[in-house]
Amino acid sequence: MTLSVTAPPGAPHQMADAWRRQTSLRRFYTVLGVALLLVAMFASMWFADEANAGHFFDRLPHILDFLSWLIPKDWNDVWRALFDIVSPHDTGNQEFNFPLGRVYVWGGFYIPEYFELMLTTVNVALVSTFIGLVFAVPFSFIAARNLTPHPLLRLVVKRFMELLRAFPEIVIAGLFAAIVSIGPVAAIIAIGLHSIGALGKLFYEINENIDMRAEEGLRAVGANWFERVRFAALPQVLPNFMSYTLLRIEINVRISTIMGAVGGGGIGEELKLSISRGFGAKTLALVLLLFTTIFIVDQFSAWLRRRLVGEQAFVMSA
Amino acid sequence: MTVMTSSEISAIEERYPQVFRRPAYKRFGPLLLLLGTVFYLAYAMWFFSLPQVLRESHWERLPLFLSQWISYDLQPEFRLDQPEITPKYPRFSALGENPNPDWVIKDRDGRFTVLIDGPAKSVIFDKTEATIMANGLTVPVSLISGKPVISGPVPDWITAHDDEVVAKMGFVGEVRVTVDRVKVRKRFLGWANFVFDTRSPFFGKSAGEVMSLIWSGPELKPGTSNLALAGDNIWNNAQWQHGDVWTKLLQTIVMAFLGTLLGGIVAFPLAFFAARNITPSGVLSQVLKRFFDFMRSVDMLIWALFFTRAFGPGPLAGSAAIFFTEIGTLGKTYSEALENIDDKPREGVVSTGANGLLVQRYGVLPEVVPVFISQTLYQWESNTRGATIIGAVGAGGIGLKLWEAMRTNSNWANVFYMVLLTLLVVFIFDNISNFLRRRLSRTIHDYNRLQAEQG
Repeated sequence: MTLSVTAPPGAPHQMADAWRRQTSLRRFYTVLGVALLLVAMFASMWFADEANAGHFFDRLPHILDFLSWLIPKDWNDVWRALFDIVSPHDTGNQEFNFPLGRVYVWGGFYIPEYFELMLTTVNVALVSTFIGLVFAVPFSFIAARNLTPHPLLRLVVKRFMELLRAFPEIVIAGLFAAIVSIGPVAAIIAIGLHSIGALGKLFYEINENIDMRAEEGLRAVGANWFERVRFAALPQVLPNFMSYTLLRIEINVRISTIMGAVGGGGIGEELKLSISRGFGAKTLALVLLLFTTIFIVDQFSAWLRRRLVGEQAFVMSA
Repeated sequence: MTVMTSSEISAIEERYPQVFRRPAYKRFGPLLLLLGTVFYLAYAMWFFSLPQVLRESHWERLPLFLSQWISYDLQPEFRLDQPEITPKYPRFSALGENPNPDWVIKDRDGRFTVLIDGPAKSVIFDKTEATIMANGLTVPVSLISGKPVISGPVPDWITAHDDEVVAKMGFVGEVRVTVDRVKVRKRFLGWANFVFDTRSPFFGKSAGEVMSLIWSGPELKPGTSNLALAGDNIWNNAQWQHGDVWTKLLQTIVMAFLGTLLGGIVAFPLAFFAARNITPSGVLSQVLKRFFDFMRSVDMLIWALFFTRAFGPGPLAGSAAIFFTEIGTLGKTYSEALENIDDKPREGVVSTGANGLLVQRYGVLPEVVPVFISQTLYQWESNTRGATIIGAVGAGGIGLKLWEAMRTNSNWANVFYMVLLTLLVVFIFDNISNFLRRRLSRTIHDYNRLQAEQG
């Protein structure tokens, strides 16, 4: 059977008109969208400025004043602050009492205070990522559509992880600060619980995309659920799991710094104090140390991820 | 079943050396990793002095705090050493002034009955004796000998101290009896005075009454309509601070929106100069990329602390902190997206003799805009969460309010209210962003399909 189409006489004109109408409509929507966005942006700016303690244009000329306290009188004080070396400016006030923070380990050998604090922050991040990993792996196999032992269990675990993910870390930290006392342990619990949810979601999405033929083979020889997961699924997903865990470590170092600033111990607390009191040399030393650590963690994790899963980990899919 | 001979086995071994003779680091790698992890965990336990922290923790507080999230209690006290027993409620109690709840019953002979959970869990008392009823038992406490004395066996839910008898009735409350007073704590599920606080003229009225007052009642406060008065009373509810909470919530939303949008606007042009395949100069590309890394690595916290000092606490500082971090994050992701484009459309536009700007507009932009928008939306979504946290260091928004409510350890219901609102906001924005991104990814998908079809 053949289908013959004869164009009516005015067709090219009609098509051109339709095309013009469509483009002008699209252009209208684009302009409208951008206009709305701009209105929202300026309204937000006005609102943020109104609600703020100091206003933008009042404070703008003083931005450089604010930077002036940051410039130390003696640049060597930055190094002295970093390594807890006695400063010639030390008159007993808190701004230059660098050696006071030394943590002695063995005889005269000490760890500088800020390195110890940085270590606390990094340890909080590592331990909480570990907690996240340990719980997220089994949860992710239960929550994956293709591997779940029972659909109802899957639903429960999925909802549970969603709840953990959505809960602001700061609330969990505040709750546990009242139970285990304020400090790094509360921060670990808070970040750890959040990591379970965050990693679990990423993990089960990986699990749902695995090649199921290996699993079918194991099912055919009568393997139980644990064996199927261990020998069919895990080898396929392990590199991706590790890659996401490394990414999580990067995020958790940042979060644990922030947690520190609200009482979770570690470098965040010291930084907040130092900035609020306007200690230039101490602040610069802390920022330098924090910046270097985050940079090293990021670069190391990127290098390791590249080795584990190749370039694929770096192309964000839309 | 066939049995393999040893020569067959060795033949297989020889055929697959990568399976049977793996290098030592591969064979022992997992074991070493495991050992390392165990050692690290032991070290971490020592580092955080975990045993001590756990020993000193108060886990019994957890169910109490959690129950306070969704309930409130009333604590009337009855003095027995006065001529007439009268209930006294603490100031600012949820019942307002002159409370007369129906679960406190006064007999004609001056005896009081307080129903803590109906008649099954209740206490009846006068000046000489208190009778506590719970769990199917009736326990009389005599008060005449100068000390509370329980006649008969003491059940395990009652603790008899020397001068006080404490009867715990689980979630619903407890009774404390001494010779000169009876203290009752009755716990109610729900949030007290969520709409109108005790000072409001609408307090204690049912929804229907409030409606009819607003619709056609006489003006409760001369000069203001009842509708405006009701709105004002709700907005300024002293206990729940709806107005303040909602304003702070809006601040958090604005911080995330403004920071991400401005970050995107600044990162957009910079990304073109940072992308290896588009940049006019390799040095500029490297410089910009290191700049992005710098903005990202100087953490959002550091920016927040700096801007709080510069602009004073508030959402302006928070927006600026997110803005600076986002320049780095979005700049990096944008330039990576640009480096991954298909070069053919660009070559096509170049071949028509278009100038540099036109090449970007028609050869590059159509390909990357959906990806850009998608990544910006993703960052917006994650910043909405992040804005809650940096708020707690003084950068404005609901974070600080939440943190302060928690630090005082008293108002967990308020905390839960704010948490619910935050969760709601995060949920809504997640869904908006997901919806938009799904639509965009369809656009990208269609685009890729068209390209594939055209070769």
